[in-house]
Amino acid sequence: MTRPGIGFIAAVVSGALWGACWMIVISVIFMLVSGAITRPPVGMALIAGAVSAAVLAAVAPPQRTPGIQMASIAAIIILLGGLTLGAPLGLPLSQVPVYQLAAVAILIALIWLSNKLVIGDLSGGHLPRYQLELMFIRLMKGLGFVVFTVIVALPFYVMVMTSLKSQQSLLANPLDFSIDLSQGAESLFRSYIELFTQFRFGTFLINSAIVSVATVIITLAFSIPGAYAVSRLRFPGQAFLSRSILLIYMVPAIVLVIPLYAVFSQLGLRNTLTGLMIVYPATTIPVALYMLQGYFRGLPAELEEAGLMDGLTRVGVIMKITLPLSLPALASVALYVFMIAWNEFLFAFMFLDNIDIFTLSRGVVSLNSSEVPRQHLMAGAVVATVPVLFIFLWFERFLVSGLTAGSVKG
Amino acid sequence: MAKREMKLAYVMLLPTFAIVLAIVMGPLLANFWISFKPVQLGDLRPASLIANERLRGDAEKAGDAVTIEYRIRNSSRDDVITGAGFTDMIPDGLAPTELDERCALTGQFLSCEIGDIEGGFRDRVRIEATVEPGYLENALNPRDSRPQITGSADNVLTNFEFSLENFRRVFSSSEFWHVFRVSMYYTIFGTAGALVLGLFAAQLLNTTFAGRGILRGLFLFPYVAPVIAVAFTWVVLLDPFSGTLNSILQQIGFIESPVNFFGERSVTINLFGLQFDFPVALSTVIAFEAWRYFPLSFLFILARMQSISTEMYEAAEIDGATPLQQFWYLSLPQLAGILAVLFLLRFIWTFNKFDDIFLLTGGAAGTRTLTVDVYEQAFAVSNLGAGAAVAVVVFIVLLTFSLLFFTFSPKDEA
Repeated sequence: MTRPGIGFIAAVVSGALWGACWMIVISVIFMLVSGAITRPPVGMALIAGAVSAAVLAAVAPPQRTPGIQMASIAAIIILLGGLTLGAPLGLPLSQVPVYQLAAVAILIALIWLSNKLVIGDLSGGHLPRYQLELMFIRLMKGLGFVVFTVIVALPFYVMVMTSLKSQQSLLANPLDFSIDLSQGAESLFRSYIELFTQFRFGTFLINSAIVSVATVIITLAFSIPGAYAVSRLRFPGQAFLSRSILLIYMVPAIVLVIPLYAVFSQLGLRNTLTGLMIVYPATTIPVALYMLQGYFRGLPAELEEAGLMDGLTRVGVIMKITLPLSLPALASVALYVFMIAWNEFLFAFMFLDNIDIFTLSRGVVSLNSSEVPRQHLMAGAVVATVPVLFIFLWFERFLVSGLTAGSVKG
Repeated sequence: MAKREMKLAYVMLLPTFAIVLAIVMGPLLANFWISFKPVQLGDLRPASLIANERLRGDAEKAGDAVTIEYRIRNSSRDDVITGAGFTDMIPDGLAPTELDERCALTGQFLSCEIGDIEGGFRDRVRIEATVEPGYLENALNPRDSRPQITGSADNVLTNFEFSLENFRRVFSSSEFWHVFRVSMYYTIFGTAGALVLGLFAAQLLNTTFAGRGILRGLFLFPYVAPVIAVAFTWVVLLDPFSGTLNSILQQIGFIESPVNFFGERSVTINLFGLQFDFPVALSTVIAFEAWRYFPLSFLFILARMQSISTEMYEAAEIDGATPLQQFWYLSLPQLAGILAVLFLLRFIWTFNKFDDIFLLTGGAAGTRTLTVDVYEQAFAVSNLGAGAAVAVVVFIVLLTFSLLFFTFSPKDEA
């Protein structure tokens, strides 16, 4: 036993926070997965977590034997079970027992593990400032992981799960995301099937793909020679250009939309995919040029000079030496531009009226009406998200370098 | 050699220049032009003469009398068309006997001068003709040749008539300064929120552990996913009637009745006897902004942190600096440069942002920013000129900020 000091108090506070935090997280996940409704006893979990931490902190670090750890776990079980009168999640255990037991086991393990990690080898007695801050930082990091994971994952989880539910069941219980697998795949994926059969999402998908791929090709075709000129050739205005090209990127799209709408209407380009294929590259070329010229500059100039000596033309040097060496940069730029074009909303929304040429962005917006059930809207969002997320995960390395190199874009 | 190189450089840059001039610089100037013009959405189609041609009477045998009738009208109800008229080919085998007095005939070529016509003008032009045998053999229809229209209407977009009406309207409206303030709140807090969250997330992932790669990928999701998908997901998630978040908060006992996150302008909060109005919808929109863009600052800050040498921390450790002191006195100064650059870029881009608010609230409940106002004026109220005037305001504010930033920011950082 150590004489309780500031370390003990800090450990107890941390334990209380963990108890409350995990109770909220686990019981919400439990409700979402099982469809049961409960009011989680957050206060009880708070006490259980605090006592469990107190058990650990009361003992000097070298004496924290497996027995003490067991006592810490037992403290959670006894307090949580006792204070809630045998209903640790606020529900009698007889209701959805399998889910409840799993949830309670995970809850207890997480509270104990978090306490153990935060307290670590720190004593419960008097702690110098260094160790106290260490404990504080461990707590903040741990809570940070939980909070960030929840705020990022929850919307995407809701998006996918809503698309698999029906409007009535969502209105009846917005927390119930349990999936009834016995209904069969056709019923489960009904929203998706309807999107592709009745709402023409197949066409939208193809349109989006055409526009995005065309944007990538046009952007590369325009920006590769431009970037090469800016990075390798000497001409008046070179330094100015390499610095100011990004300023183009600061021009808000909303300022361009009215004149472009007016002019494209008169030219008959407004309600066409060609119009988008002109506007998108114009907005991506400056940043692509900026990213590529940075990369070209980093390539050894000697290689190209050797190529010139051996009788290659400039174009030959670019095709045979520079481009093969820049494949990673080209991949980054291509993926980044693809992502921008795929996700673009404003121009697609302003320009496209004809349902035959809707892109996915425009198509999903058309689902946002009171006549279309919400699971269709979410299924549309999933259809729009999956390709770009898939590409992102597949090429994460390239895309991350592309994002850091060029993501002045909002 | 140098000259050839220069020429080559300009040739290689030409396509980029051309498209940027056409799609960015041109419209930018055109927007200024439009902002000085009283132009409505409907004015995009200039007034023109419309002529519909039909044959009256039966042409069954040679000698029958028929009438070729042109119904003409002005497509616009208000605009004058000057020098209106049309020309047409009369089919072979129809011999005109009597012309409308405004028309003249050379061979089978008919040309009619209507003159200046008012808005809403309607009239008929009749040509009497007799049927000849050739007509019956060829079975031609007068409608096979379409009348060619002449005449020009005053196009409000291209004439040299300017007015300050749009700006007067924008600045005198009671809403303008409110919209301006909302824009500034949104920009400042959205940018700051994204930076703080990004800094926090970067701290979390600046150590190596199992699953770090997965978490980094997950943290980038909000930024990579299409804006329509995440915006509508938030709308569904925060719905007051069937939204999951409201149910969760109610179950935990955090709130008693559902909050209409995107629909409620403000609630009065009583804190220690101080009463103030908390803007609900605006705060939610700002939270969305911070949520969607923290991955970007997170990536940049993480990259910068990983390039800070560990020696400095080891030295500080030996000198007895505590973890928070190390963060405050070592990490933060090292990150100041990237934070400043990020703040600048995010500030400008948040100010420019239109999609997010438009999709989340449509500018309702006190969330209308300047960019949403551009859309509202130009396309919802159909007053292109007023929209362009707001866009000019957006551009000028942006220019001012950029100049301020570039004047006062440290030179070596960018």
